[in-house]
Amino acid sequence: MVVISDILVQGVQMLLVLLLAPLLTGFVRKIKARLLRRRGASVFQPYRDLLRLLRKEVVLADNASWLFRVTPYITFAAIWVAAALVPTFATGLLFNWTADLIAIVALLGSARFFLALAGMDVGTSFGGIGSSREVMIAALAEPAMLLIVFCMALVAGSTQLSTVANFLASSYVGLRVSLGMALIALIMVALAENARIPVDNPATHLELTMVHEAMVLEYSGRHLAMIEFGAFLQLLLYISLIACVFVPWKIALFGTGPLAYAIGAGAYIVKLAVAGFLLALFETATAKMRVFRIPQFLGAALMLGLLGTLLLFVSRSF
Amino acid sequence: MAALIDLMLKGHKVQQHGPWPRVVVDAQQWEFAAGELQQGRWGLLGLWGEPSTVHMAIMDPFATEILVVSLDCPDRRYPSVGRHHPPALRLERAVNDLFGLSAQGLPDTRPWLDHDRWGVRFPSGDRINGPSQAMPYRFLPAEGSGLHQIAVGPVHAGIIEPGHFRFTASGETVVRLEQRLGYTHKGVEQLMIGASLERAVQLAGRVSGDSTVAYAYAFSKAAEAALELGAPDRAVWLRALLAELERLANHLGDIGAICNDASFALMHAHCSVLRESVLRASGSAFGHRLMRDIIVPGGVIGDLDDAGTEIIQAMADNIRLRFPALVELYDNTASLQDRTVDTGVLKPALTRQYAAGGYIGRASGRSFDARRALAYPPYDSLSFEVPVLSEGDVNARVWIRIREVEQGLSLIDQILNRLPEGRLMTPAGDRSEAREGMAIVEGFRGDVLVWLRLRDGRIERCHMRDPSWFQWPLLEAVVENNIVADFPLCNKSFNCSYSGHDL
Repeated sequence: MVVISDILVQGVQMLLVLLLAPLLTGFVRKIKARLLRRRGASVFQPYRDLLRLLRKEVVLADNASWLFRVTPYITFAAIWVAAALVPTFATGLLFNWTADLIAIVALLGSARFFLALAGMDVGTSFGGIGSSREVMIAALAEPAMLLIVFCMALVAGSTQLSTVANFLASSYVGLRVSLGMALIALIMVALAENARIPVDNPATHLELTMVHEAMVLEYSGRHLAMIEFGAFLQLLLYISLIACVFVPWKIALFGTGPLAYAIGAGAYIVKLAVAGFLLALFETATAKMRVFRIPQFLGAALMLGLLGTLLLFVSRSF
Repeated sequence: MAALIDLMLKGHKVQQHGPWPRVVVDAQQWEFAAGELQQGRWGLLGLWGEPSTVHMAIMDPFATEILVVSLDCPDRRYPSVGRHHPPALRLERAVNDLFGLSAQGLPDTRPWLDHDRWGVRFPSGDRINGPSQAMPYRFLPAEGSGLHQIAVGPVHAGIIEPGHFRFTASGETVVRLEQRLGYTHKGVEQLMIGASLERAVQLAGRVSGDSTVAYAYAFSKAAEAALELGAPDRAVWLRALLAELERLANHLGDIGAICNDASFALMHAHCSVLRESVLRASGSAFGHRLMRDIIVPGGVIGDLDDAGTEIIQAMADNIRLRFPALVELYDNTASLQDRTVDTGVLKPALTRQYAAGGYIGRASGRSFDARRALAYPPYDSLSFEVPVLSEGDVNARVWIRIREVEQGLSLIDQILNRLPEGRLMTPAGDRSEAREGMAIVEGFRGDVLVWLRLRDGRIERCHMRDPSWFQWPLLEAVVENNIVADFPLCNKSFNCSYSGHDL
């Protein structure tokens, strides 16, 4: 009976992220449009886009290999599983115990690995440019991400996200310099990993400046729908990650019952909205950086993560 | 040092060519002129063909003397200018495509406008039926280890005009950029032949949508020069008002679009609002947002009433109020400055060699502005500054536009305050003999040149040279050693015309 309810709650969580992810992207787009004094498309537009893409036929290049065809499903599955591992409205769900933060990083890394390979598969110049840029960013973002994980693990004593969230939600933590550094570093990594301004521009039409978009330029139809959906999910995942670690307020503890879950879900949606608003605000107020500046940007994230980790070795109270 | 006057005295002066002289020269003097161009003593304003003649407009950069030299070439051959003076290369390739006049010694004999899609060779010359060439277009080679090619266009992801760009890159660094243009060739000059003045000025206004006023203005001035016709005072001032409104709208649009290419959408949104306000005011005052088909030979059709004056005045006041905040936003956004400063530097020497006009020339130390250098009315009695910078980067090209917006607002004020009353049109008399005229007008991109010959009130030959002819090649030079991802920014800061160039 307990197992069944566990599976049920976990299932609800997985469906919830699936349902909320396009809405979050639609919300960010809407806010950005309003900040630019445009009316903007409805917040539900991403759902319609996904539906439209799913109905459309797939146009494949003649020389596309099996890898090109399976990559959209692999990346989507990997990101969805990763999203299922992050506590959203409640900690300690069934899957939370099966894998830790390092596994999440690895899942996202393998999704990107396949996408980068697929970008080069057809042999167009844009795919190659996109893949090479994406891998350059990833090569810098992943070490930074791992250092952030270590920093949090040193504070909470575990790489298990549920444990970390539970610990940080408790009153033992207080204000910590190392956590502040980890938060800034994590935001920087999240911007880079989600192809947001200032690293990449998700709304550009300029082929030559694209990173993520250039890599998936050859995709169409349901394949593109899967990749887009994966990108929506990834944004949700990172925001959930930041929320559950740094603002774990009102997050439901495992087994506290439906009411606590409902409160947790409400708080979660509020957190998503606030984060989406801040993201839109930040993206409107800054220009995209030069491609060769990205290493410096992510290098700063790496250094912050490293500094936070080292500070914890000096004293556990930082 | 030879002056243009010497060349003029050696040649045979053509009657009925105004306002500057045209002389027919022999091959030796043609070569002499090419040599002087190579030495950088004169600037090339244009080179165009007729079925068995080539013409070249030359400018003396100091005295701003202008001269058209013509060379008859009954055997369809003439000595190449491009061999000595690279700015003429593409013009000579275009002359060959359209008229079949081949430049002897031209280092680059590939077609330019002719994409082998017309079904006829030399459409303005001998009209030989059949496909033009069997050979595919060869791009210039760039060899070396680790180099790869990136082909962009002609169809782009954004809604812009078509043009093909072939990059050779080493990783992210551009080693060579080669342009391939001509996709929007419409044969406007061919359509002009035999057209009445009314139809011809409409055609001129459709060469390039964003410069419709500048083209109609230049065409009308050239036609008036040929017919020795003077536009009435009020028309002269209204024309300047139209030209300044067009410049204002385009500069505002450009400033925003350049920032948008650095993914700074905020500037784009605000500048678009201002640009739209200019277009709406123009639409209310003159009945057409882009002010098309208002300037005609002899004057203008469409007057400005008091309501229109008020609308334009209110628009200008509104921009004067809101624009400084945008300039401050541009200047104070560090992430944006990081993209524009030192990106795509155009060296002043190249600008001088190509006699590049407009914001591109003025951002790289070349102060030429036809409104000032030629001082055609009413600009001779208006006070304005010609902003010049020497940095030559994207930032400088933005700043030139910002300064010109400010100057444009002041000019609009002056024109509205001093707009004389009176007639709008001078009727054109009947002129049956051949008469030739030429005009240079400062459009928002730079100097638009129109040369034409009228006979029996109809166009016998009309050539329109867009400023982009001397700006496109510079873009190739500017992008070298920049990174691939910065090309859109450089390109937008140039904002060359495809349509005006391809004609």
